[in-house]
Amino acid sequence: MIVMIDYEAGNTCSVMNALDRLEVDYVLSDDVTTIQKADKVIFPGVGHAGAAMDALKRKGLVDVIKGLTQPVLGICVGMQLMAEGSEEGDTSCLGIVSGKVKKFESQVDYKVPHMGWNTVQHDGGGLFQGLPENNYFYFVHSYYMPVGDSCIASCNYNHDFAAAIKKDNFWGIQFHAEKSSKQGAQLLQNFLKEAS
Amino acid sequence: MLTKRIIPCLDIKNGRTVKGVNFVNLRDAGDPVELAKKYAEVGADELVFLDISATIEERETIYDLVKKVGVEVDIPFAVGGGINSVEKVSRILQNGADKVSVNSAVVRRPILAKEISDEFGAQCLIVAIDARQVDGSWMVHTHGGSKATELELFDWAQRMEELGAGEILFTSMDHDGTKNGFACEALAIMNEKLTIPVIASGGAGNMDHFVDVFTSGKADAGLAASIFHFDEVAIPDLKEYLVSKQIPMRV
Repeated sequence: MIVMIDYEAGNTCSVMNALDRLEVDYVLSDDVTTIQKADKVIFPGVGHAGAAMDALKRKGLVDVIKGLTQPVLGICVGMQLMAEGSEEGDTSCLGIVSGKVKKFESQVDYKVPHMGWNTVQHDGGGLFQGLPENNYFYFVHSYYMPVGDSCIASCNYNHDFAAAIKKDNFWGIQFHAEKSSKQGAQLLQNFLKEAS
Repeated sequence: MLTKRIIPCLDIKNGRTVKGVNFVNLRDAGDPVELAKKYAEVGADELVFLDISATIEERETIYDLVKKVGVEVDIPFAVGGGINSVEKVSRILQNGADKVSVNSAVVRRPILAKEISDEFGAQCLIVAIDARQVDGSWMVHTHGGSKATELELFDWAQRMEELGAGEILFTSMDHDGTKNGFACEALAIMNEKLTIPVIASGGAGNMDHFVDVFTSGKADAGLAASIFHFDEVAIPDLKEYLVSKQIPMRV
């Protein structure tokens, strides 16, 4: 069973719609046992990192997520929360991957939020199997994870940043695959294919 | 490289698209969901639904529409028209929209922008501004451009950015409907003054107007309605043309 973590993330509905379009069976849950027993876990996220961590704490899910051993996909803030911390509200995060999430500096040609369709440099494997080099994914974010050890795909906006990460059973994508047309659907499909 | 965005705008009344739409191979041009799907398929980067319903009863139909669009359409979309409270924003977003667009309501009560931004994040808040030149100054108008305010366009846009807008959708009333091109001069000034993305609206008549709006107007996105609805400019052709002019596009 695929379980999506229910902690009132802003894009929950959009991710559910995307999974429905893929005709995937899933449940939306904040129940510890249900999440722990899942074959795969989707960890959505839109909004303030601090508020998101507070919601996870309130639901008693911080250690549950850190302890998961099945494949987990964090989306946007879901990915950012995997870092040690975030400059957004000076938040202490899950610490699954090393490094700290930083804020984009706005400049005339680099407005913040980084909003719209951008290209991702990837190696064509794993999550990005079957996706062309000339790809486009939809991004909306003011904070970014710097390129580090866990980075498996990068994007450029004024400078390079991590578009996707992987550490052990944890994957993260900064862009909104659920809103990225056919290529986004392909990526979600790639993540889900390895499940069950 | 971040691409510039092409955004068709669909006017909705009582759950149906109102402006005449002339699209080949569309079973029901009055059905916003069908039209939205079509636009997503041909490469629109985002969609805006503007509810121009006159009555409260008619306005209720927007939530159902948002739900249907969210299920069927796999690109981001915004909803505007009559949104005047955090509660309404919440209902629109919970039904599956990515963004809301507010206009008159924030002129009446500017702090609403901050309330929405604090609650749901700046990324979901578009502040739409209608303005026209009055004695050489760009002045904000409300109620579809019919009512003048004391607000100066650039000051107002900056204030909205400070209060938490994630994007500004600027419609020039002087250019809207003329098909003579966008208000590139004003857009370029706005781009200098703001650190958030600007969506340009009003005046699109041909493909060169989009070249201008992204080069001299420095806009981040271009919005249009009738030229797309009447198939005067096809989005794939437009994007190909813009790419040939070295403008980054998702193709």
